[in-house]
Amino acid sequence: MSVMKEFTKGFYDENPVFRLALGLCPALAVSTSVENALGMGAAATFVLIGSNMVISILRKLIPAKVRIPCFIVIIASFVTIVELMMGAYLPELSKSLGIFIPLIVVNCVILGRAEAYASKHGIFLSALDGIGMGLGFTFALVLLGAIREILGSGKLMGYMVFGPGFEPVLLMIMAPGAFITLGLLMGYFNTLDDRRKRKLKKDASS
Amino acid sequence: MQEHLVVSASPHIRDDVSVRKVMYSVVIAMVPAIIGSVYFYGLRALFLTLLACAAAVLTEAVIQKLRGVPVAVTDGSALVTGILLAFNIPPGVPWWIPVVGSIFAIAIGKQVFGGLGYNPLNPALLGRAFLLASWPVHMTTKWLPGRGGTLSGLSLSEIDVLTQATPLAIMNSARAIISDPASTTHQTVQAVKVVAHLGSSDAIANLFIGNVGGCIGETSALLLLIGAAYLMFKHYISWRIPAAYIMTVAVLTSVFGGTSGLFTGNALFHILSGGLILGAFFMATDMVTSPVTPRGMLVFGVGCGILTTVIRLIGGYPEGVSYSILLMNIATPLIDGRTRPKKFGEVKPSG
Repeated sequence: MSVMKEFTKGFYDENPVFRLALGLCPALAVSTSVENALGMGAAATFVLIGSNMVISILRKLIPAKVRIPCFIVIIASFVTIVELMMGAYLPELSKSLGIFIPLIVVNCVILGRAEAYASKHGIFLSALDGIGMGLGFTFALVLLGAIREILGSGKLMGYMVFGPGFEPVLLMIMAPGAFITLGLLMGYFNTLDDRRKRKLKKDASS
Repeated sequence: MQEHLVVSASPHIRDDVSVRKVMYSVVIAMVPAIIGSVYFYGLRALFLTLLACAAAVLTEAVIQKLRGVPVAVTDGSALVTGILLAFNIPPGVPWWIPVVGSIFAIAIGKQVFGGLGYNPLNPALLGRAFLLASWPVHMTTKWLPGRGGTLSGLSLSEIDVLTQATPLAIMNSARAIISDPASTTHQTVQAVKVVAHLGSSDAIANLFIGNVGGCIGETSALLLLIGAAYLMFKHYISWRIPAAYIMTVAVLTSVFGGTSGLFTGNALFHILSGGLILGAFFMATDMVTSPVTPRGMLVFGVGCGILTTVIRLIGGYPEGVSYSILLMNIATPLIDGRTRPKKFGEVKPSG
């Protein structure tokens, strides 16, 4: 696998939200607006890069039997950094993301990458994987957030999108809106994938 | 000779019943209520109903085209969803409400799951739930009074001026005032008076005919029952779900629905008000989303009845028919599995 591939797989092939269905809890909960989605995505990306690198460095020191608690301690350290930094410099965002910032500790994307990738690869590749996965996660959140914000509050990044006559679809910024949007997007990405696979097969057979 | 010997999978009974026939019969059964809605609320009711139908049929056709499956909008199922959705919205809403509701009902409620026969929930009710969650102001305040009548169905016109609410909503707030220890004596006396008026024979007669405020097609018990009788006569709906549903609501509301202790509730008021008749006969009996076993139908009806009564008497909404049917829709596979009839000749295993 090429280095570039390690970086780009997080966007599409192994997009944590749409393809791996990991980290759905924050993806559903905080994607009510693009701003929240960006904040959450940035926080998760930072933790992911940090934890991937440190775990990759320590991968030969950590005994296999207690690796999960060790990963969690490392992840929790980075989450604490993010939480305190955000509380200090972005109090508004910190307030609107609330409990979901400390909950990054149990985000399966991060533990999943630690277990499946960082504990088996070198520091450079692990960092790259962290960046790619983090950006893929952010991309998914922003996409969800944009759709939900436009329909659910008639705005994008806080700016009005429609005329004053538009009455927002409240459902979209509530929980059902998150599930419906995520389900449709997952279906869409699966369709794209199916189509691509079919094409590959056709090319191979012809 | 060969083709006469082909053995096919069961069922072997041949009948001329088809999806198309059932669906158009349901449409015919709803015609009296449509005429009634035009009489009570004016041509606007018909306009909204037609919009809902057009949006439903069009959405179904477009999605079937996109999915690459045969376009089967002429089977009438989308038409039924459109009419039922319109029956579940207040007559004073803006024109785009039924359109958006129908699109959601067909696209998310039905086609996403694979189309007719695969939808776990009643599409029209899902559309209503979507509209109620998204535009609560439109869905809970845009009532119109009946012809020459009042919104509440009461002759006390000051109630209409004060509350702008349907009979069920008034009952709900009156009950809240009576049970609230913080209410003043004057408020309580007024509320008791209102409850008595709501249960008076005049008010009940208005409810039966449908000359009160409410959703487009739900108010007239009389016209809905005419349609339901036609469907029952044709054997397209079974008596089990409506009977179990309505009986459960009747028993529970007469026991717990009163304002002065147990067994003082007015069951007739609760049966005739809101969307119970419409829900029990036309939506809880939806062939796709309700149980197929006879015992299962009874369980389904009783479940709907309990949920409806709980929502009406205890929950925050004045009306609970739509949510209770949706919740029981989800339980349908479970009910069907647990109430499977015994095979003929089956013996209890001994041992």
